[in-house]
Amino acid sequence: MAKTIIEKIWEQHVVFEEQGKPDLLYIDLHLLHEVTSPQAFEGLRLNGRKVRRPDLCFATMDHNVPTRNRNTITDPISRKQIKTLQDNCDEFGVPLAGINHPDQGIVHVIGPELGLTQPGKTIVCGDSHTSTHGAFGALAFGIGTSEVEHVLSTQTLWQSKPKTMEVRIDGKLGFGVTAKDVILAIISKFGIDMGTGYVMEYTGEAVRNLTMEERMTICNMSIEAGARAGLISPDQTTIEYLRGRRHVPEGDAFEQEADRWLALATDEGAQYDATVSIHADEISPFVTWGTNPSMGSGIAERVPSAADYDKQSDKDALKQALAYMHLEEGMPLSSIAIQHVFIGSCTNARLSDLRAASEIIKGKKVHPSVTAIVVPGSETVKRAAEQEGLDQVFLEAGFEWRETGCSMCLAMNEDSVPAGERCASTSNRNFEGRQGAGSMTHLVSPVMAAAAAIEGHLTDVRNYMEEPVASV
Amino acid sequence: MKPINKISSVLTPLERKNVDTDQIISKEFLKRIERTGFGKYLFYHWRFHADGTPIEDFVLNNPRFENSEILVAQENFGCGSSREHAPWAILDYGFRVVIAPSYADIFYNNCVKNGILPIRLKDQEVDELISKGQQQNFKLEINLEDQSVTGQDGTRYEFEIDPYWKEMLLKGWDEIALTFQYDSYIAAYEEKQRA
Ligand code: SF4
Repeated sequence: MAKTIIEKIWEQHVVFEEQGKPDLLYIDLHLLHEVTSPQAFEGLRLNGRKVRRPDLCFATMDHNVPTRNRNTITDPISRKQIKTLQDNCDEFGVPLAGINHPDQGIVHVIGPELGLTQPGKTIVCGDSHTSTHGAFGALAFGIGTSEVEHVLSTQTLWQSKPKTMEVRIDGKLGFGVTAKDVILAIISKFGIDMGTGYVMEYTGEAVRNLTMEERMTICNMSIEAGARAGLISPDQTTIEYLRGRRHVPEGDAFEQEADRWLALATDEGAQYDATVSIHADEISPFVTWGTNPSMGSGIAERVPSAADYDKQSDKDALKQALAYMHLEEGMPLSSIAIQHVFIGSCTNARLSDLRAASEIIKGKKVHPSVTAIVVPGSETVKRAAEQEGLDQVFLEAGFEWRETGCSMCLAMNEDSVPAGERCASTSNRNFEGRQGAGSMTHLVSPVMAAAAAIEGHLTDVRNYMEEPVASV
Repeated sequence: MKPINKISSVLTPLERKNVDTDQIISKEFLKRIERTGFGKYLFYHWRFHADGTPIEDFVLNNPRFENSEILVAQENFGCGSSREHAPWAILDYGFRVVIAPSYADIFYNNCVKNGILPIRLKDQEVDELISKGQQQNFKLEINLEDQSVTGQDGTRYEFEIDPYWKEMLLKGWDEIALTFQYDSYIAAYEEKQRA
């Protein structure tokens, strides 16, 4: 019978099944960070339990780490959280890329970089953006701290089989349209809870043409659509990305793995529980205007009006969002002035993101009313970018070039947007106060963020690009 | 985990949809390494002004709901971050039951693992409860065994729950201890992988 990749991975990982119970699922890779793990390790200690498979764990520190003075964590509670992870990893034998380690970075950036993320694996992390790893055709999902403790002690999880959804993106992406615009457009079209109860598989011509880094951007935000996970069937692009990475096999063994990986792809004619589709022509450079990631529109459009909605609860939600965002119904999106630009996060802080933004900013200046920072997704990204001189391009334009970490994506360290100020951000959440109490976030792609930095307001990046001449 | 079956309390109506876990517990309170003590930070930025004084018209600041154990909100409750600090804060504040038309998946699991009963009712039923709770002190009887919610006016609603979660909540089980009973299956799976 024709199967989806989701069913194939699931079946390969069932340890125990019984009617009336969720399945007991084996976990191949457990990623950890400092915020959601301390209570789990403490639970192990209290019950005299150990980590069953430390070799299948990998930890890093990303949420609290300073991006200026690496080793001066001023907040004592942050410092304690970092120290606690270090101690827990030492005690339980879990591999760790700590604060000064050359592999350190945002957990969802380093997994793929190191080749830990591989097709067909089940991957979990106490972090909702674990969906990022689905770009490789892995079944990757976020879990809570109780589940972290469960995986640490048993290497398994009780999980009900998810429903499957195909999200098809037909056609070719237009000029200036990035992976970020694609996922924002999907969430805006189908809603913030479109994926609840589902694992989504992205398919279609536009997806096949994406690089691995672009695929990660899309899968990263599956959770913003409510999905347990989002993934993409592996293909030659996946294989080429993984070849030569540290944690994948070499030589013939790699070729064998590659064949096995390619065979995981969804079979022709496989059935999904639901299918939605969007055409690339519908998608233009996007910005959000509201307080969740579904509240966004193409940059040429206006902030919606209550009259645009039928349901009273939607009208109420719009009013609440606009009150928080200090925006008026019907105002043009390109008239919104911003004071901050953040290029960073597990959505958009990989090398290709920094390259794309630097192309826009090259030879230009950050608008005098804007504070702009670049926070590379990992130490590896940072080194590579510096080798290419991208840091100099940003610095000359007036950006700050920082150390790696989550930084202003959730503002748990000291990088935050002050109350009443606005940020064009390449991160994934525009919830109230996400980037600092009272701050206002507009989600955009790296190139849109770069253009906003130059002009001091949201703007169409296509004005900064040369449209390729269509070949006849 | 504390077992849960019958809860009888006034409901707290939170008339909002897509309530994300960043609102339930804001990031500045995620740095603690304990599971307890999060209740005072629940919905912090909706409850308090920047200077720490209460925002009067926010529902949790209404003394009517002070001892409520049942929180009622609109669709897609608990979306966003996987932080288990959200259910820890809800529980620590004093809620044992949440009622909403739908929940984000991770949040739902996190509730169950902490002895919070997340009940799904229909949109319209939730709207009814919210409006009753806004008008007067409205008491609900929750019965997990029967999977029912009964209002003080006699209206009875039934809800669905996965039998496995139901049993875990009723018995207050430690799931890890339970899974250890399957150790031979896990070992066999690992053996097969190595082969
Ligand atoms: S960059 Fe943002 S979304 Fe990604 S893991 Fe860090 S805090 Fe979470």
